[in-house]
Amino acid sequence: MDATFTDDQRAFAEATRAVLLGEVTADRIRARWQTPTGQDPTLLDELQALGLNGMLVPEALGGLGLGETDFVLMAQACGHVALPEPVVEQAMVAVPLLVDSLERGLGDGSVQTVLDGVQQGATRVAVGHPINAVINFAAGADWFLLGAGEGLYLVPVDQVAVAPRRSMDPSRRIAEVDFDEGEDFCLARGDAGAELWRATLNRGALANAAQLVGLAESMVEQAVRYTQERHQFGRAVGANQAVKHLLADVAVQIEYAKPVVYRAAYAVEVSPGRADFAVSHAKIAATRAAKLAARHCIQAHGAMGYTWECDLQIWVKRSWALAREWGDDGFHKNRIHEWLLRPKALLGPDFTFGRHSIAEAHNAEEERV
Amino acid sequence: MDLRYTDEQLVFREEVRQWLVQHVPAKPLPSFDTAEGFEAHRQWERTLSKGNWGMVTWPEAYGGRGCDLIQWLIFEEEYYRAGAPLRVNQNGIFLLGPTLMEYGTEAQKARFIPAMAQGEEIWAQGWSEPNAGSDMAAIRCSAVRDGDEFIINGQKIWSTRAVYADWVFGLFRSDPDSERHHGLSKILVPLDAEGITVRPISQLNGLPGFAEIFFDDVRVPAFNLLGGEGEGWRIAMATAGFERGLMLRSPARFQQASKRLVELYRSRQHEVLDPFVEESVLRCYMDAEAYALSTYQTASLLCNGGSIGPEASCNKIFWSELDLLIHETAMTLLGARAEIEPETDKDVAELGMWLDGFLFAQSGPIYAGTNEIQRNIIAERMLGMPRK
Repeated sequence: MDATFTDDQRAFAEATRAVLLGEVTADRIRARWQTPTGQDPTLLDELQALGLNGMLVPEALGGLGLGETDFVLMAQACGHVALPEPVVEQAMVAVPLLVDSLERGLGDGSVQTVLDGVQQGATRVAVGHPINAVINFAAGADWFLLGAGEGLYLVPVDQVAVAPRRSMDPSRRIAEVDFDEGEDFCLARGDAGAELWRATLNRGALANAAQLVGLAESMVEQAVRYTQERHQFGRAVGANQAVKHLLADVAVQIEYAKPVVYRAAYAVEVSPGRADFAVSHAKIAATRAAKLAARHCIQAHGAMGYTWECDLQIWVKRSWALAREWGDDGFHKNRIHEWLLRPKALLGPDFTFGRHSIAEAHNAEEERV
Repeated sequence: MDLRYTDEQLVFREEVRQWLVQHVPAKPLPSFDTAEGFEAHRQWERTLSKGNWGMVTWPEAYGGRGCDLIQWLIFEEEYYRAGAPLRVNQNGIFLLGPTLMEYGTEAQKARFIPAMAQGEEIWAQGWSEPNAGSDMAAIRCSAVRDGDEFIINGQKIWSTRAVYADWVFGLFRSDPDSERHHGLSKILVPLDAEGITVRPISQLNGLPGFAEIFFDDVRVPAFNLLGGEGEGWRIAMATAGFERGLMLRSPARFQQASKRLVELYRSRQHEVLDPFVEESVLRCYMDAEAYALSTYQTASLLCNGGSIGPEASCNKIFWSELDLLIHETAMTLLGARAEIEPETDKDVAELGMWLDGFLFAQSGPIYAGTNEIQRNIIAERMLGMPRK
């Protein structure tokens, strides 16, 4: 039992964070809003060089063979800078779904081709899970992993109708997509498809939970800075207890969302198909922290917090969007609710980590993680 | 990160479970804030001590088992799972004990720790004074050095367990010319010493869970000074750190309460319920588990040689508000019958002990440093916001 990260995991996340903090500033995010693609190709090359896309690919398939516990701090760092590019979605959601498909021998070689392309940075894949209304950066994708019912399809861009929509978050280039559910592009259907989509939903929700924690941390840092600089009644606004307590309340929620998100990363790594409870808990906790951060940090900024000019809006709007993607609160709370009502649910202080261990769970019906 | 228990930890859990099955009293003990209940709880401490379960993290030489913090968490999980009695000596074992281990002389450890572990000496705490509550540095109660003794004069208040306890540890002003957090000393005082008057204070449930203590020329040997003279504030902060940080409220307590809350909710599902109650039940269960996960993280960090930072102040707020929500939610589920004080076994079966816990939960955001003080600490020391 060791609930901490290794030195290597911390060091890699720190290195990624350093690159991101240097390259992804609010000014440069705003500059992207004016471009047709909304993406920074130089930055994408730089992140590609860090090898993020291959981190969760097994070594046998040319990747680094790492797991979600290795990646979760990276996702948090991407959230912290409000990274517009869908790096986390690509590496933590699309790539593992391709790997899952490949390991089950699905497709006719197209999966391998696409995975290789993604690892080389030459190909972009977007994921359209049935639970999501839109796809982020669909316009930049070469391939789509799309769902219809329980079916999973790998579809080239020329077979997909992409209808762009405007997001409240100008960094998100969202679109609705449509495609013909032909045999040609079908990877799986029925139970096999459902299983792949279920694991993918858990990975997507985990990816968003980790980013929401990073977003919340950054919002608090911005509000702390602002309330130190802004003076009223002859002193810093942040010296007032009423303001301190607003931000302390957020800090508490962040502090208790983090270990929940990290446990979910572990559960997804060990068994993504049985990680429902841990993932839903993580998404709910991270959403709560980020929504509270958005509300209290806008308040701490006073009227500035309600302006287009104030950079806080970048983080606030991302939080509001990510909170509802990969299952909103209603979806995840219902999953927890359903589980708590099961007669065989393993409840109580001795089952925080399941029956003895997550890996040795005897009964999926009882499994809590 | 490896969230599996080792074989050794699983064996340890089984050993704790078996011992508790054989020894936990079949019927709950009366409240330790009654004379009868206090002695019953003291007897339970003796039973625990005979099995060397009094404080598993202490060295074997002091009656412990030399366990690490992960084992301590496992012990606590089994303890609450078994419904074992609350620890009447928590001021001693969880607060004073760790401080004695760190700051006490060998002679002091030998004098106080075994008696604490065996339940022979139950401890009260003496921090607050009528004019030193949240502002603890305003302490005026004096301890004047006179040869190899201290002479103590003044008053303490809100001293938990002081009505029936044997000893009190507290902070006293040993340098009469000092101000604020300077010149304070941590001194251990027997409550049967001449010149001590204990006046019980009834809590919200009508029982004397705390007291005022009046000191009138009370003489205690200088041997009872813990740490250096004038070092009291630093040592008290260490105690407060333990209290907030890890030991005072182990997560298992809230996980067990949340489990019972889910069971209560399941049993009430056929009733017309407040539609908001479902979310509260979920939130209680999730937050109790979040507190456990956070504690495992902290325990792992400490086991790996790390240390607790100012983020520990988040703990106190989180668990005390969680405890309120758990009991408020239970009262909501019980509806109009929630006000009934359980008197018979049948009442307890129907109503549980939720009312008792609900009343006690009101104190959580106040004791061990109010949540408002904790929020100041978080804002200033963790987030770096300006003091003035």
